Amino acid sequence: MASVVAVSPRAAETSSTVAVRWRRRAIGVIAATALPVVLGGCQLPTFGAYRGSTKQGHDEFLLWVGTTIAAIVVGVIVAALIVWSIVAYRKKSDVMPRQFQYHVPIEIMYIVIPVIMVLILFGFTVFTENQVDAIAPNPAVKVHITAFQWGWRYQYPGNVTVTGVTTEDPDPIGYPGAQCEPAVDCLGPGLVVPAGQTTRITLNSQDVIHGFYVPEFNFSRYAQPGITNVFDLTVQHPGIYRAQCTQLCGLYHSLMFFHVVALPREQFQAWLSSQQNQAKAAATVSTSHSTTKAAA
Amino acid sequence: MTVLADRPVIHEHEHEHHEGPSGILKWLTSTDHKLIGMNYMVTSVIMFFLAGLMALALRTQLASPDSSFLSFQQYNALFTMHGSLMLYLFAGPFAFGGLANYILPLQVGAPDMAFPRLNALSYWLYLSGSITMLLGFLVAGGGAAFGWVAYAPLSTVQFAPGSAPDLWILGIALTGFSAIFTGVNLVTTTFYLRAPGMTMFRLPIFTWNMLVTAILILIAFPILTAAMVLLFADRHFGTHIYSTAGGGSPLLYQNLFWFFGHPEVYILALPYFGIVSDVIPVFSRKPLFGYKGMVFATMSIAALSTGVWAHHMFTTGAVLLPFFSLLSLLIAVPTGIKFFNWIGTMWRGQLIFTTPMLFCIGFLFAFLMGGLTGIMLASPPIDFATHDTYFVVAHFHQVLFGTAVYAGFAGLYYWYPKFFGRMYREWMGKWHFWLLTIGFWVTFMPQYVLGLWGMPRRVASYPANLGWQTLNVISTIGAYVIGISFVFFLVNLWVSWRKPVPAGDNPWDAHTLEWFATSPPVHHNFERLPPIRSERPVWDYHHPDARTIEHGSAHTNGNGHGHLAGADAGVGAEPGDKA
Repeated sequence: MASVVAVSPRAAETSSTVAVRWRRRAIGVIAATALPVVLGGCQLPTFGAYRGSTKQGHDEFLLWVGTTIAAIVVGVIVAALIVWSIVAYRKKSDVMPRQFQYHVPIEIMYIVIPVIMVLILFGFTVFTENQVDAIAPNPAVKVHITAFQWGWRYQYPGNVTVTGVTTEDPDPIGYPGAQCEPAVDCLGPGLVVPAGQTTRITLNSQDVIHGFYVPEFNFSRYAQPGITNVFDLTVQHPGIYRAQCTQLCGLYHSLMFFHVVALPREQFQAWLSSQQNQAKAAATVSTSHSTTKAAA
Repeated sequence: MTVLADRPVIHEHEHEHHEGPSGILKWLTSTDHKLIGMNYMVTSVIMFFLAGLMALALRTQLASPDSSFLSFQQYNALFTMHGSLMLYLFAGPFAFGGLANYILPLQVGAPDMAFPRLNALSYWLYLSGSITMLLGFLVAGGGAAFGWVAYAPLSTVQFAPGSAPDLWILGIALTGFSAIFTGVNLVTTTFYLRAPGMTMFRLPIFTWNMLVTAILILIAFPILTAAMVLLFADRHFGTHIYSTAGGGSPLLYQNLFWFFGHPEVYILALPYFGIVSDVIPVFSRKPLFGYKGMVFATMSIAALSTGVWAHHMFTTGAVLLPFFSLLSLLIAVPTGIKFFNWIGTMWRGQLIFTTPMLFCIGFLFAFLMGGLTGIMLASPPIDFATHDTYFVVAHFHQVLFGTAVYAGFAGLYYWYPKFFGRMYREWMGKWHFWLLTIGFWVTFMPQYVLGLWGMPRRVASYPANLGWQTLNVISTIGAYVIGISFVFFLVNLWVSWRKPVPAGDNPWDAHTLEWFATSPPVHHNFERLPPIRSERPVWDYHHPDARTIEHGSAHTNGNGHGHLAGADAGVGAEPGDKA
């Protein structure tokens, strides 16, 4: 009796351990395939998009990849159904097809499933947009950007103002060691930011609406008269990033290039203090000038 | 094609019976919905061809980097007019002024529109508005150059001086009034001029969609006209409504414009969904799958479309992102219903691939691609990355080309025998379809990639060493293939005009009432009507043994014998539908 009792739980245990083992294996396989996808964003297929050179742009990239995969799956299923209908139900005889019109369970199914998919996508969207639009409490540097027909003005701390008119001056920054490859990447005035740190941008326009767009940052924002937009960019690596105005702003919209120069932290600080010293010197000159004038 | 032997006998002498002026005087004074509809169609297709030629000029410019084929000013003016003609003067008026004007009264069994003279006024306002807008090319400075959206402050007098912008604004205002009047007419005709037995849930889907479109017109177009009046006031009376100088708000213009603009997208789409929903069942020899679901899907698209306008403004940083994102995403649900209903209609049918059916299938693929990228763009972070790039250009061209061109020309081929009583040449229609399809995909798929690489829209040139030229050349070649495909359309019309092949009244063995009239229909359309027991009265009349299988529906088919279906079994189940 005892042996029987002992055998039966043992058998049950064996079958459950088998199930557990299979479940573990399944989880392992799923994790092995999913983990690189989740953690190693660099290994993801890009579907033609940039991986995002800023922290914010990379967050967007992850959403882009997920959404694109979902869209491809849905698109392939729907296209397959259409192709199947075309191939399988082409007219073969004069037999009258069955004149059916409703199938309530299927109709409910293709309402419910899309609603669920949309809500999932919406969840990821809100999560990502909160990350992209998040404002850090202590940015490393604050830059005020003003767009105008046709160029950009950057105001850094310490009264440093750099203005670039895109139709006149291809590269007004000219920081030491700048390498523009290809050369066209240096078109337009550059915004200089520190790499690896957060830059707070305050953006508006002095005339019409312009678009601040850096393709590799996966980011754009309108520069508008009357509205001040504030956002953070955390460029991850030093480099020169091509950028362009995206919102039609008149005759020379097509030429309204600029670029973002991300310098290593120390180099950025050195550049900024040299600019600040120049600004101070200029201010002193103009002040003494006006004093002389007043005296005269 | 199937020509039924037992089609109803029509008294030939009624054809020319109507007393009235003829020739140019008839054309100028007629209030016949069919003539007005035809005027609309001819005018809007001319606008389509003009805008298409402009597109070819734009694509030619972009085929090489730093091109000087067009000057910046010419390029900006041409894409402004390309968009304006396509959206304001072709896609909308072709559907609600042309096809709906001609077909809707026939589909509900009415002799004419509810307000025939208002209908004529609509057309003449539309024509004069179109000419006014085009005259902008002839004035000093040449052509409005602020894009079809005319964002303030770029469209204010400070940044867009001259009279071309004024002509553009007046053109929009005139065609706006024309659309509003047509909307009134369509709504009234559908509600009050339905034939006995034609309950709301027996309306053909094309009519349903036109009704919903007309209501959207009444919601959206007054806003546009108001926005234009305010813009005009800013330009000439110093009102500063859209300029910060006087405490106004440029953002107000965008809100007003897109409150019109997004319903407008569905004003440009719903009629074409209606065409597809009418054509696919006919060539599948089955009723439309999920008819009622289709009606509710149309209504929910319309309802949602009034709450999604700011998804065009995600990058302004001044709109509530989650709200507009969620509503925009939700539009995928009713649109999905439509897709599956179209597939369900083809499922286990006997599909006949005539030219209109091919165009509908072309529409399905085009709209699938445009729709999926639309869902992606409804997500603000993805929009941040792609806004105002060629990704968006490719998206909305695939949507609007899918609707206005694929489905629009499906409608033209489908109803062509009804309009003229003669057949087009099927082989030329198929050449048109295949060339168009090749051109379509070759033109727009590279533009998605260009957008992802960062090519902004509305640029007249791009630097040589960004590697954008190859894809731009491919896109330009595709555009020319599209252009060539329309040669087949025009030759087809010409050949069928010179060497007519009689079509008969119902060449497609179709479902809806217009196919019970003669081809072309006589003055005031019908001498008699079949009993209307379902949304397929003509099919039921010709195939009494192949009626739709009822599926747990609350109401039953009427089985009365009278031609005037007074004993209306359906009305009891649908309160409020009685005309």
